[in-house]
Amino acid sequence: MDVLLQQVINGLVLGSMYALVALGYTMVYGIINLINFAHGEVLMVGALCSWSVVGFLQPLMPDTPGWVLLLISMVLASIAAAALNYAIEKIAYRPLRNAPKLAPLITAIGMSILLQTLAMIVWKPNYKPFPALLPTTPLEIGEAVITPTQLMILGLTVVALAVLSWLVNRTRLGRAMRATAENPRVASLMGVKPDVVISATFIIGAVLATIAGVMWAMNYGTAHHAMGFLPGLKAFTAAVFGGIGNLGGAVLGGVLLGLIESIGSGYLGELTGGVLGSHYTDILAFIVLIVTLTLRPSGLLGERVADRA
Amino acid sequence: MTHKLFSNRWFMAVVLLALPLLLQSFGNAWVRIADMSLLYVLLALGLNIVVGYAGLLDLGYVAFFALGAYLFALLASPHLTEVFPWIAAMFPDGLHLSLWLVLPLAAGLAGLFGVLLGAPTLKLRGDYLAIVTLGFGEIIRVFLNNMDHPVNLTNGPKGLGQIDAVSVFGYPLSKRLDLGFVELPSVTLYYYLFLALVVLSVVISHRLEYSRIGRAWMAIREDEIAAKAMGLNTRNLKLLAFGMGATFGGISGAMFAAFQGFVSPESFSLMESVMIVAMVVLGGLGHLPGVILGAVLLAGLPEVLRYVASPLQAMTDGRLDAAILRQLLIALAMITIMLWRPRGLWPTPEHGKNLNPQGGAR
Amino acid sequence: MSDLVLNVSGISKRFGGLQALSDVGLRIERGQVYGLIGPNGAGKTTFFNVITGLYTPDSGSFELAGQPYAPTEVHRVAQAGIARTFQNIRLFADMTALENVMVGRHVRTHSGLLGAIFRTAAFKAEELAIEQRARELLDYVGIPNLADYKARTLSYGDQRRLEIARALATDPQLIALDEPAAGMNATEKVQLRELIDKIRRDHRTVLLIEHDVKLVMGLCDRVTVLDYGKVIAQGTPAEVQRNPQVIEAYLGTQSGHVEH
Repeated sequence: MDVLLQQVINGLVLGSMYALVALGYTMVYGIINLINFAHGEVLMVGALCSWSVVGFLQPLMPDTPGWVLLLISMVLASIAAAALNYAIEKIAYRPLRNAPKLAPLITAIGMSILLQTLAMIVWKPNYKPFPALLPTTPLEIGEAVITPTQLMILGLTVVALAVLSWLVNRTRLGRAMRATAENPRVASLMGVKPDVVISATFIIGAVLATIAGVMWAMNYGTAHHAMGFLPGLKAFTAAVFGGIGNLGGAVLGGVLLGLIESIGSGYLGELTGGVLGSHYTDILAFIVLIVTLTLRPSGLLGERVADRA
Repeated sequence: MTHKLFSNRWFMAVVLLALPLLLQSFGNAWVRIADMSLLYVLLALGLNIVVGYAGLLDLGYVAFFALGAYLFALLASPHLTEVFPWIAAMFPDGLHLSLWLVLPLAAGLAGLFGVLLGAPTLKLRGDYLAIVTLGFGEIIRVFLNNMDHPVNLTNGPKGLGQIDAVSVFGYPLSKRLDLGFVELPSVTLYYYLFLALVVLSVVISHRLEYSRIGRAWMAIREDEIAAKAMGLNTRNLKLLAFGMGATFGGISGAMFAAFQGFVSPESFSLMESVMIVAMVVLGGLGHLPGVILGAVLLAGLPEVLRYVASPLQAMTDGRLDAAILRQLLIALAMITIMLWRPRGLWPTPEHGKNLNPQGGAR
Repeated sequence: MSDLVLNVSGISKRFGGLQALSDVGLRIERGQVYGLIGPNGAGKTTFFNVITGLYTPDSGSFELAGQPYAPTEVHRVAQAGIARTFQNIRLFADMTALENVMVGRHVRTHSGLLGAIFRTAAFKAEELAIEQRARELLDYVGIPNLADYKARTLSYGDQRRLEIARALATDPQLIALDEPAAGMNATEKVQLRELIDKIRRDHRTVLLIEHDVKLVMGLCDRVTVLDYGKVIAQGTPAEVQRNPQVIEAYLGTQSGHVEH
């Protein structure tokens, strides 16, 4: 029981980060029907930029509290990641909007590899320790523990979701985004510029991914060039699981996937009689994906759309 | 003038046959590059059936390569006899299956898995199909990496070694062949074997392309609903494409295992699947010459660049080594070629294909 | 007893809150050109999609040439003998016109993987026959010289004809054309009408969705009129034209004095 509570906490924390990244995937897919394979890499770039900023500022401002440094680095990294994502969309995806269907997919995959490789070159391939900017003494909840970092992840996610929700539901841009996702042609006839909306989507996605990336690095203590790939894929799974194109679905899918992975990894060994150990945790996400697409392709919160001839 | 020369079959045959002899003189390493390129051509041809003909974006194709490799590794190395005493008892001289048995087995196993892994994807659309197949590829790799306990089937990350060389008519290709006027080292012998397999695969692919089945696949690729409306059983046809394409992967894998003498899960990563997809798409989807070109370029060029890499590595303080350079080039190729030529470097010609002037099938 | 090629009745289909089809039925005799007309959104294409298996109906009975069939799998319906064209033209864009029609022959031919790989005599003979028949059909619809051009390079009118040729290649009992005249100019419509006449003369049965009333009236033996998913009239074109409900459906209520 105590183990379960711990797994649940870990799962919620993991799930929050997945949710933030899943939102980026689902927003982009909802608007331009593209799986942005490179989205996970944006997480990585955000995390590494933040690491660089912290590494640069820390010796200069030794008395500043950790959370201030964290915040500054997050802001700066978000700006960098947003600029990067904006550029990627403009240079690599926009020209291919009308190309044969495989082309944008290949470009996206290529972009993912390019970003990883460039990161390897710029930051060198070694695992970098991410400084502990928040106090490390964990708080006890029953028999489980939760660190301040983990609390912050949960808190920050809630704040980010609130801001996003406000943006999407109460601003002009948000309306434009929803309209474009629903019907791009009609939206453009109403005066919405699709390019602006799409760029905005990529920028927002990048900011969310950066937050997730920095949190990830803080939570696990390291940052490196390959850190974004697997979480990116899993976040995509979460988006599909929750219902692609549906923001609430992305969050729900993310949290659920985090819980499934966390609890699953704890009990996999027991459930399979020792045949499958926790090494197999990574494929849990894929299994969730396959099961979702086979049994309920529209996802948990997605709409059922009939295939019209 | 040069183009005519290259399309003359006899000229190409002579060039291809003489190539290793020429490369030999510069060092066996160059023949090795040619050998690996041929194996990649095989993989690209196989994936071409799935992606190029049937339009099914498989991002986990390396799984079939891995299955073929591990099958050969298990059936032609000491591993199984060492781990399972009852197998050692059955095969006191060890497991050394011959080429003629392994090839159909590898093709069969891979083909079976092609159908199995393809089955859940039948109703999925492009992007989702890609991700699910990617997932399958990863699942297979994770299994290969972890099946060393409770029962040591694959030896996990340590991989399987001491794999027999292939023997053709009793002659092991690991020994050099002295023909008197010329000596053929092992790498060259493998070259001819791989070349034969590639030629066979090209013939099979070509025949499939210009056939009722090939047209059916392409119809599915173009418009699945219209294909169904014309009476095509798209489910079975897709499974056939997955299975057929997978067999090429399995055979290539088995040959890889024999050639290297060693296999480990590292060789079968997602990056490999991506690279093979890149070869097919960048070369020219569904167009055999383009696919071969794509494979040769993406497999061979980075190897050649290794020689350029060392000075670059020194210049950039160790950040740019051969592996990174290769990855960088592949990524840039994928992006730039799609932006510049979305149909590939050498796609099917615009004004329709040239039907055989004699009419009907070839 | 006349030879009924298509005998369907009681077809209903609901999409969420919308009842797209209610109790729709019709009977088509062999050799007829049968028209299905009605205002936009009446359910004509939905009807097509149901009888060809693209949509699963909520209810209905289906008979093709006297044999009951279940419209659940699209390819089986085609195998049984209903071929169709699409409102938005769905050709195999990157394949040549000839290849498009050759694919139409798939359902009536057999050679598979082994035949293809080993180039057996049976395979070669069948391929020859397929190509020959495909060329005949291209000629039949009037585009013999476009055989080697990719379908996407063809003009709109030629694409429509190609789609018809492809459908004919499946040797159907019933060929169903979804708005074949859409987007055509007057000359093209005359050519289309001649083609459909030719198809009828060759003892094929045609089901036609069309908006062009003149075309329908001149061509069709019998007509069913749909409005809001219901059959509001069935009969010869002349009969149907005079039906007040039909007039109202197309033109709207005349100063509100006719109530139904």
